[in-house]
Amino acid sequence: MEQQNDKFEYLLRLGDNALILGQRLGEWCGHGPILEEDIALTNLSLDLIGQARSILTYAGEIEGKGRDEDRLAFFRDTQQFKNVLLVEQPNGHFGDTIARQFFYDHFSWLLYDALQASNDAHLAAIAVKSLKEVTYHRRHSSEWIIRLGDGTSESHAKIQQSIHDLWVFTGELFTADDLDQRAAASGYGAALEPIASYWKQNVAGVLAQAGLTLPEPGWMQSGGKRGLHSEHLGFILAEMQHVPRMYPDAKW
Amino acid sequence: MKADDLPSRDEVYDLLTSVKDPEIPVLNVVDMGIIRDVAIDSSGVVVTITPTYSGCPAMDVIGVNIRTVLHRRFGDAVTIKQVLSPAWTTDWLTADAREKLRLYGIAPPEEGSHNKSLLFAEPRVIACPRCASKNTRLVSEFGSTACKAHYVCNSCSEPFDYFKCI
Repeated sequence: MEQQNDKFEYLLRLGDNALILGQRLGEWCGHGPILEEDIALTNLSLDLIGQARSILTYAGEIEGKGRDEDRLAFFRDTQQFKNVLLVEQPNGHFGDTIARQFFYDHFSWLLYDALQASNDAHLAAIAVKSLKEVTYHRRHSSEWIIRLGDGTSESHAKIQQSIHDLWVFTGELFTADDLDQRAAASGYGAALEPIASYWKQNVAGVLAQAGLTLPEPGWMQSGGKRGLHSEHLGFILAEMQHVPRMYPDAKW
Repeated sequence: MKADDLPSRDEVYDLLTSVKDPEIPVLNVVDMGIIRDVAIDSSGVVVTITPTYSGCPAMDVIGVNIRTVLHRRFGDAVTIKQVLSPAWTTDWLTADAREKLRLYGIAPPEEGSHNKSLLFAEPRVIACPRCASKNTRLVSEFGSTACKAHYVCNSCSEPFDYFKCI
């Protein structure tokens, strides 16, 4: 029973990361700096929402209380969301969005890569599938980091600032709490220490190529995994949930 | 279904070839490699499908269309199951499907999924589906649908879609 609760919570973390970042990226629809990027950002959004659907559907099955993907996405409140703080940060300007995506893509690529070996066959299948998609995402955001960092003095200064501003949210990705440790020990979750070290290496490599500086290690913000969120999440949920809550169980 | 009236797998596959991908109407679901299994017994027909991309909005429509086509022949004794493993790959597109894509103006995926662990893979040579020139360039890895990238031909100047290799 306890393991079932753990797994449900663990899946919520994975699914909520994808859902909230997907929702954030969807805000770019019609607002991209160029047509190709408008399409790219919403394509990423679509992939992430697809991943969220698979994961939340499975979370609902594990929980066993009859909640499906929609119930979990649209009828939970802020504190029941378990996404990391990074993914709920505002889009800001294009560079801010790219920096957030860059940090997240390198993390989720390594996480899904590790989860391919999960002893939970269904979670492993989701990881194999998602990894194919995240491979494109990671290349897209990394190329933009290089393009902006190695671009004009203005693009360089702006992306360096974005990297700096969002850095404080990257620690939470790798801080294994009790649940993360139990999930890894049980074999369905992934150990975060190796992911942290590869992440740092990969991120540092791209930043070096872009002529950008890796921020100094320092105090990190956290709380999202436990349901303690920034004020931003409430606004995201208001926009995402208001129609299904106004017309529950509406069909068309 | 009565035991002496069971359809053959070929018959079911034949029916399935009439279900097109709503976003690439020259391909049917068998060409796409979406159909993973067809099982038939006295309780009915079970078709197992797998999604192309996790968020592909065409999948729901495809499921409904498969059900509609099979319903005409088998009534309610139709079950559609979705599986994620093994994950769909463009390697499952049939040779026929690749040719249909090219004639439709979409460059087919390269055969053999490339090494996904590389961050920056070597640029691939994608032939223009209109003039066959190999002098083309990538505009964006994200195109009109989840499964396509956007290219342009340097020889004939035509923009075209490339069916991404996953």
